[in-house]
Amino acid sequence: MLRRRLNRLLGGDENRVDSRTIYVGHQPCSATEGFTPPKFCDNRIVSSKYTLWNFLPKNLFEQFRRIANFYFLIIFLVQVIVDTPTSPVTSGLPLFFVITVTAIKQGYEDWLRHKADNEVNKYPVRVLEDGRQTSKESEKIKVGDIVEVIEDETFPCDLILLQSSREDDTCFVTTASLDGESNHKTHYTVPDTEKDLESLSATIECEQPQPDLYKFVGRMHIYKPDQDPLVRSLGPENLLLKGATLKNTKKIYGVAVYTGMETKMALNYQGKSQKRSAVEKSINAFLLVYLCILVSKALVCTSLKYWWQSRDGQDEPWYNQKTQKEKDTNMYLKMFTDFLSFMVLFNFIIPVSMYVTVEMQKFLGSFFISWDKDFFDPEIREGALVNTSDLNEELGQVEYVFTDKTGTLTQNNMEFIECCIDGFQYKYRDSRTELDGFCVTDGPVSKLQQKAGREKEELFLRALCLCHTVQVKEAGSQVDGDQVDGLDHLNPHPEEEERGFIASSPDEVALVKGAMKYGFTFLGLESKNMKIRNRQNDVEEYELLHVLNFDPVRRRMSVIVKSKAGETLLFCKGADSSIFPRVRQEEVERIRMHVERNATEGYRTLCVAFKQLSAEEFALADAELREARLALQDREEKLMAVYNQVETGMSLIGATAVEDRLQEEAAETMEALQGAGMKVWVLTGDKMETAKSTCYACRLFQRGTELLELTVRTLEEGGRKREERLHDLLLEYHRRAVQDAPPVKGGVTRSWSTANQDYGFIIDGATLSLIMNPSLDASSSRHKNLFLQICQNCTAVLCCRMAPLQKAQIVKMVKNSKGSPITLSIGDGANDVSMILEAHVGIGIKGKEGRQAVRNSDYAIPKLKHLKKLLLAHGHLYYVRIAHLVQYFFYKNLCFILPQFLYQFFCGYSQQPLYDAAYLTMYNICFTSMPILAYSLLEQHITIEVLLDNATLYREVAKNAMLRWGPFLYWTVLGVFQGLLFFFGAWFLFSNPALQDNGQVFGNWSYGTIVFTVLVFTVTLKLALDTRHWTWINHFVIWGSLAFYVFFSFFWGGIIWPFLKQQRLYFVFANMLSSVSAWLVIILLILLSLMPDILLAVLRRPKSPRARQKIPGQSSAGGTQSSRSSARPLLMRTFSDESNTVI
Amino acid sequence: MASSYNAKDEDGHHSGSGGPAGPGVNKSKKPDNTAFKQQRLPAWQPILTAGTVLPAFFVIGLIFIPIGIGLFVTSNNIKELEIDYTGVDPSSPCYDCAQNYSWNSTAPCVCSVEFTLDQPFEGNVFMYYGLSNFYQNHRRYVKSRDDSQLNGDKVSLTNPSKECEPYRTNDKKPIAPCGAIANSLFNDTLELSHVNPNKTRTPITLVKKGIAWWTDKHVKFRNPSGNSNLTIVFQNTTKPVNWRKPVYELDPSDPENNGFINEDFIVWMRTAALPTFRKLYRIIQKSKDNLTPTLPRGTYVLDITYNYPVLSFDGRKRMILSTISWMGGKNPFLGIAYITVGSICFVLGVVLLFIHHKYGSRSTSADIPN
Repeated sequence: MLRRRLNRLLGGDENRVDSRTIYVGHQPCSATEGFTPPKFCDNRIVSSKYTLWNFLPKNLFEQFRRIANFYFLIIFLVQVIVDTPTSPVTSGLPLFFVITVTAIKQGYEDWLRHKADNEVNKYPVRVLEDGRQTSKESEKIKVGDIVEVIEDETFPCDLILLQSSREDDTCFVTTASLDGESNHKTHYTVPDTEKDLESLSATIECEQPQPDLYKFVGRMHIYKPDQDPLVRSLGPENLLLKGATLKNTKKIYGVAVYTGMETKMALNYQGKSQKRSAVEKSINAFLLVYLCILVSKALVCTSLKYWWQSRDGQDEPWYNQKTQKEKDTNMYLKMFTDFLSFMVLFNFIIPVSMYVTVEMQKFLGSFFISWDKDFFDPEIREGALVNTSDLNEELGQVEYVFTDKTGTLTQNNMEFIECCIDGFQYKYRDSRTELDGFCVTDGPVSKLQQKAGREKEELFLRALCLCHTVQVKEAGSQVDGDQVDGLDHLNPHPEEEERGFIASSPDEVALVKGAMKYGFTFLGLESKNMKIRNRQNDVEEYELLHVLNFDPVRRRMSVIVKSKAGETLLFCKGADSSIFPRVRQEEVERIRMHVERNATEGYRTLCVAFKQLSAEEFALADAELREARLALQDREEKLMAVYNQVETGMSLIGATAVEDRLQEEAAETMEALQGAGMKVWVLTGDKMETAKSTCYACRLFQRGTELLELTVRTLEEGGRKREERLHDLLLEYHRRAVQDAPPVKGGVTRSWSTANQDYGFIIDGATLSLIMNPSLDASSSRHKNLFLQICQNCTAVLCCRMAPLQKAQIVKMVKNSKGSPITLSIGDGANDVSMILEAHVGIGIKGKEGRQAVRNSDYAIPKLKHLKKLLLAHGHLYYVRIAHLVQYFFYKNLCFILPQFLYQFFCGYSQQPLYDAAYLTMYNICFTSMPILAYSLLEQHITIEVLLDNATLYREVAKNAMLRWGPFLYWTVLGVFQGLLFFFGAWFLFSNPALQDNGQVFGNWSYGTIVFTVLVFTVTLKLALDTRHWTWINHFVIWGSLAFYVFFSFFWGGIIWPFLKQQRLYFVFANMLSSVSAWLVIILLILLSLMPDILLAVLRRPKSPRARQKIPGQSSAGGTQSSRSSARPLLMRTFSDESNTVI
Repeated sequence: MASSYNAKDEDGHHSGSGGPAGPGVNKSKKPDNTAFKQQRLPAWQPILTAGTVLPAFFVIGLIFIPIGIGLFVTSNNIKELEIDYTGVDPSSPCYDCAQNYSWNSTAPCVCSVEFTLDQPFEGNVFMYYGLSNFYQNHRRYVKSRDDSQLNGDKVSLTNPSKECEPYRTNDKKPIAPCGAIANSLFNDTLELSHVNPNKTRTPITLVKKGIAWWTDKHVKFRNPSGNSNLTIVFQNTTKPVNWRKPVYELDPSDPENNGFINEDFIVWMRTAALPTFRKLYRIIQKSKDNLTPTLPRGTYVLDITYNYPVLSFDGRKRMILSTISWMGGKNPFLGIAYITVGSICFVLGVVLLFIHHKYGSRSTSADIPN
């Protein structure tokens, strides 16, 4: 942002306006205008953050901007400046370690970035300069340069395609490295540019750089010596993006429009999601509590110190005089420094290492997701992808799942099932011979078995063949297998090579293939001419005049073609709701029946309409379309208006039904999610009937589910005003679902499968927008509230006819509702991106609708079925691990510092540390860090198989169960109990410090060492008690840490260390071990400290095993049931009855 | 499971390797099938159930109670006698010494306390001095020493550490040993004699060897090397302010016990953990023949050279006679604690047995199904 702003400032006036002007080839365009080359940034990509010189200061600055690091820095500085009990080393060393490791890691990453940058920046490119080809380094490309790119090269900057080596003035491009879509996209040269680029004199006016990869608006003025300048519109189809690769085209020439950091790729570089997990919020809350404890401890000690010192002879006894400096210091200043000293003494209660360990746990832990071979999909040959490791534990906390339907619940693998022409139903049967593969089946309709007229049939099929944006894959071109469609094997013309289609949406491919089954084959588009082969094997040619692109708001697309006979035809296909109002009403009824029946059967339906345009009509439309396309601003809106104007008064010719099969194990997955206490909401742009049947098929709605419908249809039933009806319906549903329902005790954790009535809620986009933005302000929040309450009491909610933004709106509404539940969005297409970004956790499916969802997601999985393991096993385990990690860290530091606090009461509040500096420093770094890290990576308190089998186990950790105040209190009380035990155990022992059998006495360092030994052993063994899954690594680190502690203590006390001022621990540990009493007290205290945990573990036991034992029986029954159901087709008995009522 | 993946894999490969179109994108990312990466490391999954914990509780109870009884008995058998000779009470023999104390009096004040032993002390008897309300663990005090000076470092001898302030130099001469701890060395002299029935006194030999940790005496504390004559070694230094004699004259009777390696000094330098503490002063060796107790029953006199003022900070001074056992001095805490914990374990064991019995049949069979 800042950089852009800076660029603007530096760029001068030119850059401040909304568009930029580019002189192609730096040629002055008209003699009258003075040629002032505008300044743009150069083509250097700088993704690196640091240079060699600014690395240290900048990196340090970045690191200390983190609040935790800053806190530790302050503590360290206090230690350096003020006379504090512990040497600065104790907090400086861990901080230094953390900072260094982070700096090294970031430095290394930056070095890699530098390397990658250099590779890109120094890449040789060929530029046309004064008609000659010169070689340049990529970073030297300027805006306006004409660049040559050959096949398989990536574009060095954003180019406007001027010339292609292909005859039809197109080129093919893959944007795999940009958005992951590996299919070939066609781009077009600007029409009417001269073949001779040398003499081309043109300017390009285009918008300022913006990050949207799929949007570009511009205009090209071509100046010819003796003509008026030509103006051509430029769109994304003319723009070649930096980072994309040229395919199937020998070479192209393009003019650079955006360079360097202004390319769309660079602008898309940032924008990683900044989501914070709920666990982190808990950590911050706990931190606050501990900070309060820390401050109050310091305050208590400071005030007690001054009270104690005010008594006779205590402040400065003869044996312990103050230094002159101390005497001179101001009393209040001294109080303040004393307070700081206590803070420093107790600061270990908030350890640096916790941040490191949490970060490490998250970073390393996320590998287990990408390593999991169960997530590997052999079809796309990819496993799961982790885009952020910050949200691992959030996967175990999901309460609401928002799922897309198409491509997520269903496979988005379309198959043409049947069509309806002029009210007659046609169903294709494989069993018939292919030549006559067109037959009529008897539908439930009372029509006679008859066909529509041949004319209508053929018109309909031509429409299918023409109204699309499908490209035919060239047989010669080498393309990889994982494209939108597969290769088409159904080939009615064996002499022809296998034909493949490429399209942005699988529906279109299915329709084109469907038409092929009926004898009409789309042969391809050649220089604006669409060729189809009809049933008589003749090739028909149509000139493609306009494509009125599909968009989710209009929900339809059209083409305008001109037949050989000279007729201008408009074919339109789209959702019934968007077509029906635009056709003659008398045609609608016959077809509506079919459409609705198909929809209830779970098929995706499209209606096809056509219109013959008279010459005048076409001329008008043509002019308007061209004008709208040339508009620089609000082009979208203008286009939309023209489209709407053109697509009217059509006649309906038929409808199609395409089946979208359910994803593998979709029903089981949904069932498992519901069993785990999650509420599943389906948000789809599809028709209500289609979506509803999918919900039945996925077992989201079941036979007993009572459906509450809130759609345009139900709103119009009463014949009253929509708003009133909405209000009534909302109230009624609220009464049924919320008020009459038995009071919910356990929140989400309550069992769904009990006898009480299940409710399903259905709402459509129009009604939703009525609820979300009603005209009456007063009732708005009330409606929203009612709606939310109803939804929360339903087992499943279906929102159909949703625009992408509405999906996000719904997610946001739930996210911000009471109790701020954790939401998860899963989707595969660009229309799901908004909800993926909005939800707490966004999951992308590596599906067929490109990679935008994956790019914007936090986690990406190949299939829906993987969601089950991701949430139930990985999410659950990560949550348990990190929750335990956090609690354990606070606990172990509480019982570490509490004895030190208590010791102040016995040393005259003098800030005397109980433990030696080495122990203070090493406690969190070496002695107790590894076991908890190993635990937090490897623990499986319940094995993965069991977790997968019993979805209900997920509820045990729902609602942040392990990090709520209850468990936190338990751990805190445990820490306090153990801290008290450690200190007073040793205190009672030291009532007679003669602990050795030779009568010699122990001093204060022995005291501290005994407490510390007990402490290290107790916290480690406490973890050992909590560990349910002992791999060799756990054994190694737990016993290894203890052994290391013993070894280190011997070593540390075994030598007079020349660099130490005081040899405090010299032979203290060895002497301690020579005392039987010390041994006995250590054993006693460890055992006593662990007793509460053992007891609790035992007393908790009798309940849970029985509960757990019951579950497998339940779920196995459910399992067999669901596995049976999944094998069945989408259509299910349960809703076939239901569907009758709809018709 | 793996095999089925492999089979499918072939298909995927077939279609996936269609062309060189996207070599970077299409590369297979199949995860390794290792136990670690799949989180399938063989693991031991212990579960604490009443069944496993019960015996442990009984065993702990059964072990701890006897140990506790043993400790308690041992502690009770240790004979200990404490005499407070601070002289707060006017009736106390040391009252005068305590009241008239002044730092610059040259004549030592001597007082005697008579006491009776009701029981004979057998074996080696250890004589401690105890101080109360003396904050040896005060931070300013604890750090006020220079361990490298005490280790015989010559540079530190003449240039002591800053930590020793305000006991670092006196009259521009470095103090050896420097610091508050050394400066406040306990300097009362305690002598013990047995009062025979005929009122004559038999002085009891007090051994001053072996009162300090061996490692302290031989490694940590060392006189500056170079000259066996300590007077010359310490010539450029001055004695601590509150001392009556320099460090090399601490023990006139034993030249090996002078300088920094004086055992009384070493014992004092090991700062006590709590404000009430005792330090080993002398050892009364058991008689050679082992027939007569070291300190038989009878009357004794403790002669005190009263040098050490404690009343200014409301402190107390004690002399403690104690025998010792394998567990050290007398301390009933350990014994009681062990008996208590042992009993608790035992009781818990019984309670758990009850629970186990009640729910037992179900909870034993109800292991987590794996």
